Amino acid sequence: MGDPSDRSTAEPLEFREATKRYPGSAKPAVDALSLKVPAGEICVLVGPSGCGKTTAMRMVNRMIDITDGDILLGGRSVRDRKPAELRREIGYVIQHIGLFPHRTIGENIATVPGLLGWDKKRTNARVEELIELIGLPPETRSRYPGQLSGGQRQRVGVARALASDPPVMLMDEPFGAIDPINRERLQNEFLRLQAELRKTIVFVTHDIDEAIKMGDRIAILQEGGKLAQYAPPAELLMYPASRFVEDFVGSDRALKRLALQRVRDIDLWKAAAIRVGTPVADARAALDEADVPYPMLVDERGRPKGWLSDRALTGERVTDELRSPAQPIVELDDVLRDALADLLSSETRYGAVVGHDGALAGVLSLEVIQHFLHAAPAASPTGADLLRE
Amino acid sequence: MIGLPIGQLQIEKPGGSDQCVASNGFCPEWIVDNIDRYWTPLLEHVYLTIAPVVIGFAISMVLAILAHRRRWLTGPIIATTGIFFAIPSVAAFFLLQPITGLGYTTAMVALVSYTLLIIFRNITTGLRNVPAETRDAALGQGLTERQVLFRVELPMAIPEIMAGLRIATSTTVGLAALAVFAGAGGLGREILIDERFKSNVVVAGGLAVLLAAAFDLLILAAQRAITPWQRAGR
Ligand SMILES: Nc1ncnc2c1ncn2[C@@H]1O[C@H](COP(=O)(O)OP(=O)(O)OP(=O)(O)O)[C@@H](O)[C@H]1O
Ligand SMILES: [Mg+2]
Repeated sequence: MGDPSDRSTAEPLEFREATKRYPGSAKPAVDALSLKVPAGEICVLVGPSGCGKTTAMRMVNRMIDITDGDILLGGRSVRDRKPAELRREIGYVIQHIGLFPHRTIGENIATVPGLLGWDKKRTNARVEELIELIGLPPETRSRYPGQLSGGQRQRVGVARALASDPPVMLMDEPFGAIDPINRERLQNEFLRLQAELRKTIVFVTHDIDEAIKMGDRIAILQEGGKLAQYAPPAELLMYPASRFVEDFVGSDRALKRLALQRVRDIDLWKAAAIRVGTPVADARAALDEADVPYPMLVDERGRPKGWLSDRALTGERVTDELRSPAQPIVELDDVLRDALADLLSSETRYGAVVGHDGALAGVLSLEVIQHFLHAAPAASPTGADLLRE
Repeated sequence: MIGLPIGQLQIEKPGGSDQCVASNGFCPEWIVDNIDRYWTPLLEHVYLTIAPVVIGFAISMVLAILAHRRRWLTGPIIATTGIFFAIPSVAAFFLLQPITGLGYTTAMVALVSYTLLIIFRNITTGLRNVPAETRDAALGQGLTERQVLFRVELPMAIPEIMAGLRIATSTTVGLAALAVFAGAGGLGREILIDERFKSNVVVAGGLAVLLAAAFDLLILAAQRAITPWQRAGR
């Protein structure tokens, strides 16, 4: 099998008309599923209960035998592999976590390294590293699963799956049993981890919001294990392939797209940024160039102070008479959905957009957002991109 | 009538001048002076308990693992060991005599067969109580069926298995007192030698009770030692 340390490179995964028919049932649970997951990406399987998500996922590590078709891992059919060996190369997080209650957290995490015959030193170091990675205190190592909270156990489940640094991970509703607040935290932590680790991941959920957030690509499955659509989240929200997909992603799919994008990703309006004392003629020229009909007063470092009133531009030079304060101020790094919320809750139609240095970078308006929603997604950003920064 | 292995029906009591002893009463002084005569029967009794439980445990474990692999075996095994369990032990001693004769073999066969049902059922229950998701997680990480059994299922079944051993052991301490009818020694033989002499009955019977309690504590302590996860504070 070679040196386990060279296993860390992610591998592509491909379903080729993979089909599962359970004995005794006429219709297949997964019906000729074909899709490719590029190395290092998260593919989310999502769909209503009983549509075959778990079945599709478990065919990958042969916890369920494939009836027809094939699944290729790194270009190699999983059907040619010994199940136990194959499974040691695939991190597996099951919905109920399934930690071993009679083993300490450290021993739980060391399960696969143990099976692979790592020496004590290497295993110890790895366990330590992983406990730190999942953000648990080092002394957790000698605790038992019964002594941990649900969220902590969930993390240990992820750490255990990561232990041998497998190129592929299967995660079946890994955050399903956790309250919404902690779920969000774990999701973010996991995306941050993934930004570093770049594993090929199959992630099962029945929550479309989680799918949109976690997935580089989303496979929507429909009753009977049929693939309804396979696309990056933004594309899915923009162009649902069928009525089923449209219903499944929900009528608020426009809003969901906003959650995928940052202010910096869209074409902002240009504003006239004017300092006090600027010749009015120059100010008027700048105003003609701008997309917004009002000039914005900025300080000497370009930071927005407020919208200038007409009277400020009546003399020789621009004075500091404001019509309204510069509110709201949104940042380039803000998620569009949050920026929209700011815009809606303030009285003005325009939001001043600032960069890291606080200097005016442009203006956001409802029209800008609307325009974005009707344009085709350019880069198809994903939840992971948002956290990557 | 089957000849009982009892040579005499009364303990020889030298110095019978003692009023208490003469009237077969409860005589502390006599007990202190004569306690030595009970050590050998006590050791025999320990042997008559440990050996059947150990052998019974080994057989039950093999049967339970077989039944775990092939579920359909469970019914027949429970039916068979259930019959052994239902035969009154004294009857078993007599039934076995034509085959195994008088002595320890007869006692042992009967006592072992008596433990099988208890221990087998507890091991099976323990294995069956392992949650499906734990098994699933184990297989999913690449443990083989055999590794799942020995590294996950059996360790997780320890509390039930130990509970079975405790019941089997205390039952065997009691039944071993009847081994005298199979021609074996033990505290039962001591009682029967002079069952009218209160001091004798109290000491021999009392030792049997203490023995049962000691075994129970021992197994309990062993269980606690090997199942640290069970008492880790929550
Ligand atoms: N072992 C099995 N034997 C027979 N049928 C099964 C088995 N496991 C699942 N099924 C059936 O296959 C279909 C798909 O099941 P699967 O567990 O893959 O669904 P799922 O999408 O994961 O659902 P959920 O969201 O509820 O977990 C269901 O109709 C289910 O009843
Ligand atoms: Mg499922």
